[in-house]
Amino acid sequence: MAAEAAALDTFPKLLLHHAAVRGERPAIREKDLGIWQTWSWKQFADEVRVLACGLAEQGLKRGDHMALVGDNRPRLYAAMCAAQCLGAVPVPLYQDAVAAEMAFPIQNAQVAHALAEDQEQVDKLLEILTRCPSLEHIYFDDPRGLRKYAQPQLTSYERLREIGAAAYRRDPAFLETEIAKGSGEDPAAMFFTSGTTATPKGVVLTHHALIDRARAAAEMEGLGDEDVALAYLPPAWIGQNIFSYAQPLVTGYCICCPESAETVITDMREIGPTYYFAPPRVLEALLTQVSIRMEDAGRAKRAMYRHFMGLARRVGGAILDGRRVGALERLRYWLGDLFVYGPLRNALGMSRVRVAYTAGEAIGPDLFRFYRSIGINLKQLYGSTETSVFVCVQPNGQVKPDTVGPPVRGVELKFTPQRELLIRSPGLFREYYKNPQATAEAKDRDGWFHTGDAGYFDPDGHLKIIDRVKDVGKLADGTLFAPKYLENKLKFFPYVKEAVAFGNGRDRVCAFISIDMDAVGNWAERRKLAYTGYVDLASRDEVYELIGKCVEQVNADLAADAELAGSQIHRFLILHKELEADDEELTRTRKVRRGFIAEKYAPLVAALYGGERSVHVEAQVRYEDGRTASVKADLKIRDAKTFAPQAARRAA
Amino acid sequence: MSAQPQRVAEAEPANAAPARVLGGVILAVENVSLSFGGVNALSDVSFDVREHEVRAIIGPNGAGKSSMLNVMNGFYQPQRGVIRFRGHAYHGMKPHAAAAMGMGRTFQNIALFRGMTVLDNIMAGRSLKMRRNFFLQLLRWGPALREETEHRRAVEEIIDFLEIQHIRRTPVGRLPYGLQKRVELARALAMEPSVLLLDEPMAGMNIEEKQDMCRFVLEVNEHYGTTIVLIEHDMGVVMDISDRVVVLDYGRKIADGTPDEVRSDQAVIDAYLGVTHS
Repeated sequence: MAAEAAALDTFPKLLLHHAAVRGERPAIREKDLGIWQTWSWKQFADEVRVLACGLAEQGLKRGDHMALVGDNRPRLYAAMCAAQCLGAVPVPLYQDAVAAEMAFPIQNAQVAHALAEDQEQVDKLLEILTRCPSLEHIYFDDPRGLRKYAQPQLTSYERLREIGAAAYRRDPAFLETEIAKGSGEDPAAMFFTSGTTATPKGVVLTHHALIDRARAAAEMEGLGDEDVALAYLPPAWIGQNIFSYAQPLVTGYCICCPESAETVITDMREIGPTYYFAPPRVLEALLTQVSIRMEDAGRAKRAMYRHFMGLARRVGGAILDGRRVGALERLRYWLGDLFVYGPLRNALGMSRVRVAYTAGEAIGPDLFRFYRSIGINLKQLYGSTETSVFVCVQPNGQVKPDTVGPPVRGVELKFTPQRELLIRSPGLFREYYKNPQATAEAKDRDGWFHTGDAGYFDPDGHLKIIDRVKDVGKLADGTLFAPKYLENKLKFFPYVKEAVAFGNGRDRVCAFISIDMDAVGNWAERRKLAYTGYVDLASRDEVYELIGKCVEQVNADLAADAELAGSQIHRFLILHKELEADDEELTRTRKVRRGFIAEKYAPLVAALYGGERSVHVEAQVRYEDGRTASVKADLKIRDAKTFAPQAARRAA
Repeated sequence: MSAQPQRVAEAEPANAAPARVLGGVILAVENVSLSFGGVNALSDVSFDVREHEVRAIIGPNGAGKSSMLNVMNGFYQPQRGVIRFRGHAYHGMKPHAAAAMGMGRTFQNIALFRGMTVLDNIMAGRSLKMRRNFFLQLLRWGPALREETEHRRAVEEIIDFLEIQHIRRTPVGRLPYGLQKRVELARALAMEPSVLLLDEPMAGMNIEEKQDMCRFVLEVNEHYGTTIVLIEHDMGVVMDISDRVVVLDYGRKIADGTPDEVRSDQAVIDAYLGVTHS
């Protein structure tokens, strides 16, 4: 087995292996015309062969880069593997990025070949063509709307297959030789980091790094070819790549591509994945939906839901962790499972989930406990693009809401005096592409990767992350100020979509809050509160009162924590718009860009600290297609109640 | 508002392939007059529609556009004049007969079965194509089942085409207006019409929905070769997507020609902007 594993050191070799040993098992499914269509491993391998030969005919060579722009589609993953067969490096790009954002990666990696999913993506690539002279070939999967396009760069996927099929018939040995030439130390893929602070950096990961991490985690969780996962997050994100490309190729499990982004929930219910990944915001959106639906349900159902969810909060987690629970409570939980938890898991499409992960940002303890209490084995993990994801994973039965678990096999961790986390692991990236300076800053001579995250080990050896090292600051009087920590606490309320906390070097903490339109809208509807739209709703006194209560709750929690009692939120305002990645206020992975927001809304920050009661704002908003418009509003500013520190009481 | 309606035209590359080849006259309106009591809705209107073209009917409010469409598919009977479809003149044609000949339409005020799902609504559009008898269909057995599978496939293709997969099982009444319009188009397409009459397909839509709808209309025209006759108020849309435009005012035809010709026609400008009567 070990010798075999050593020989299967690249993804194309793994693919051929699966085609040989489990050729008829499903590799990838896609819903087409309302019916799930299955590609077996053998079919998938055949597709990759033909495609690889086609790309070779078109001039794709070892060491070249190939851009992939689109949603999760079997053909996108086939193209990824095809490029790897030839020793080329696939570069997946975010499909919802605007054209300008795609220019940098394409220029940076001298991309000559690109696969675009449809007309929308082709249009974007054509738009930046003049700035990206290296781009010679654009292949498109869905020909709709492209019939009239006559640009010489365009080739349909079908045509590429024809070219490839002819080439493969002429010289079938060519591809085998190319695949055999690949080694584990070759770069397997390049992922562009979302660029919270500066221009994006291309993270180069080798086959060895990705395969090693994918295997370590798969062995830990006992994943096999019976497992099924849903591929619904952007393929340009490392996590999606690990779950829907690296791990299936390591273990042979099947991935399913939903029909469209809007049908994910229905598709998930139909497929019933056993292995599931969701960032906290997706889990939160699901819970919000469930809560809203429950509030609209009949009185008897509401009472039953409340009763059994109360029980689940008490004993559900313990039962899942295999801890001791009284027989009566077990019986009641069993009843709850029959009437509430089971149907709820089914409604969420999680009836068959064995292992579910969440990562990317901090998850609220209530949210996390909710899923675990109804019997879904949701666990946290810690990792990043640079580490091929898996650094720490919570093992079954040892799950705590505020840590991310102990290191996975093969990972070494240590801390700098500033509490910055350093990592050494076989999954580390090779370099930032064409950026030796950034590489040297991130990875020191001994191979330690500087994460920029601040944290520590708890008594059980589980890693706890508190904030980014650079964001941890101090108030004017020297009190510790961890903005992310405060923002997360606020965001754990369903009514708060995003929050931005200010306070570094100032005398007290103030915050921007943007409301969650679904949750607040529903709340307003139930109270018969009429409103015309987002701006109107966000400026209502009633809504300010609602959000004010959330802020006070956070302050009360903080007061109980000796270290953070001084960083209670004194004043806040509700923003007139949602924070958007299109306005550069969030990263593509929806992390708040605090510095950018402070600059963009400088007058608002000044008003918060200046003691004013309201402030006028005029802001540019950018629509999805790149047009801009301006929004004007008067924002109110409110004080929030703060509490005296309760140094004696320890935080739970 | 005004920034975008041009987009459809811009999306086409400069060196586009030649436009589709227009065929002969498929539908002709000859000297049609229609009155309700003393009100003359249409007076002696004649124009023709060529196969595979996008033909727009425009005009100010009350010009008789919807009446014209209603005459064309037999919903109204004109007092004088004939409608000639593929060379045959029809007098007193009924809407179901027009449908059977391959004329599909959508309505200004959406006319869908609100309590039924999107899928069922579109399937209803296939009813003209169902050949098996009622009882076999009731049993869903043998040839009836095979036939239903075929129809479902056709419907699924339309669902895919119009990008409404996510609302397949949603009752129409729960959908927002823009999507209902799209479902109505889907149902009209389900009967595989050779001529599609669209009554203000973009009325009440926002820019994004209009762009989508324009794209779909052009796609239908290109992909299925369907001849399209549409009434529309948004001049940007009309000028962008139509091959020829006929202009009505107070029930009379005042202009007929390409968008450019119509745009510069003095009678049209007067009708839209008004003239000073001195």
